[in-house]
Amino acid sequence: MQGFASEFSAAVALIFEGDSELWAIVLLSLKVSVFAVLISALIGMPVGAALAVARFPGRRMLIVLMNALMGFPPVVVGLLVYLMLSRSGPLGVLELLYTPTAMIIAQVVLVTPIVAALTRQVVEMLAEEYSEQLRSLGVSRLASVPVLLWDARLALVTALLAGFGRAIAEVGAVIIVGGNINHVTRVMTTTIALETSKGNLALALALGAILIGIAIAVNAMVSAVSLRAEQEGLRHA
Amino acid sequence: MFRALIRAAVMALGLSTSMVSAEEPFIVVQSTTSTQNSGLLEYILPWFEAESGIDVRVVAVGTGQAIRNAINGDADVLLVHAKPAEEQFVADGWGVERKDLMYNDFILVGPKSDPAGIRGGADILAALSAIAAAEVPFASRGDDSGTHKAELGHWSAAGLDPTDASGAWYRETGSGMGATLNVASGMDAYTLTDRATWLSFGNKGNLEVLVEGDPRLFNQYGVILVNPEKHVHVRAASGQRFVEWLTGPDGQEAIASFRLEGQQVFFPNAQ
Repeated sequence: MQGFASEFSAAVALIFEGDSELWAIVLLSLKVSVFAVLISALIGMPVGAALAVARFPGRRMLIVLMNALMGFPPVVVGLLVYLMLSRSGPLGVLELLYTPTAMIIAQVVLVTPIVAALTRQVVEMLAEEYSEQLRSLGVSRLASVPVLLWDARLALVTALLAGFGRAIAEVGAVIIVGGNINHVTRVMTTTIALETSKGNLALALALGAILIGIAIAVNAMVSAVSLRAEQEGLRHA
Repeated sequence: MFRALIRAAVMALGLSTSMVSAEEPFIVVQSTTSTQNSGLLEYILPWFEAESGIDVRVVAVGTGQAIRNAINGDADVLLVHAKPAEEQFVADGWGVERKDLMYNDFILVGPKSDPAGIRGGADILAALSAIAAAEVPFASRGDDSGTHKAELGHWSAAGLDPTDASGAWYRETGSGMGATLNVASGMDAYTLTDRATWLSFGNKGNLEVLVEGDPRLFNQYGVILVNPEKHVHVRAASGQRFVEWLTGPDGQEAIASFRLEGQQVFFPNAQ
């Protein structure tokens, strides 16, 4: 274990010497996951909110399905996206396999159910709270969606962070559809997988520490922003 | 219409081109993990890329998966090490031509305590028989890779079927070479590995080389251009140029000059 500790500190030193290749990998990870979360928000929030307020047969089942999809195994998602984007697949002509776009698509599939399910929960509670007010103003259920989403925005930030956490930490799907190609689709998690398979455990662990650091930094930033928004909201009220 | 819409959406997001340097020509190579994990490709590719201006994108997976991905049309060039499967690939029309590229050798590694008592042997079949008789842990790739195919071939040549003991002393990891070495290192198991991956592997722990030098442990690598008649999108010109470079004097020299711990681990033998 003595050897491992010194190896680990050497790996950490290497990382903080500002290795440009490593930082390119970190940047790509962030780019892919931030894009994926934004797209998931565009899809998942309206869907989740609509499910919260609309009443139609089969709604319960849809909600159960959506909640279950939160636990969709990433490897299966990777496989499905691979089959779609492969040259032999229906979307093969787009030439997206082994590109960052393919990784974004896989992460969108993984993250959207999380955003949608959490949005539904938040909005459903708000809708109950405001139901009389909305009715007295003559706003239809679906028309109230944008208002409710806006009102729930602080709670929804948490939903996005949960989605971001799943996206940035995921390896099973992105390694299949991205191919872990150096300088093209290699991200933090696939680098960690590669270094582990090379037996460079200390380096892999040091990279893992960076990944955790990023997750903490992103969460802290968002938390600071939403705290300020909350305070401003109170001042205006 | 549907496809056009998706294409437009992708373009609008500016993802397909802006995030990767797609402007320069590139080829996708499906390769075995040993050529990547050992650092060989990282070492030789800059020469080709500088000379040709073609970016080589390597997807490193097991030989079985590499071949299947190529059949699906997701590769321009295949660089693997399972000659019968490669010849089948070409015979089925998926590849243009198979060329010998280089060779190295497999070695049997295991715990220093060597409970099966095989140290120093040069007969792989006798060693495997001793492991089976002693029923001591053996980690198998179990992933249809080139190394896995070679290992299964040796068991059957020794007249043994270790899969009967699957889950007992015979442990199929279903993972790459490095991951399997990690497993072997963790449970003091024997395993068959190519020499290049072994030398570059950083977590040897209690493992050491026990059996080597059997001519049956010869490990031939081949390179194949995916057939553009089967998949019209194959970047045949660039792919052909890469195959020619690898099997030509410059590529062969580059391979021969690669060293791990001062040792040459890949020996070029293109015709």
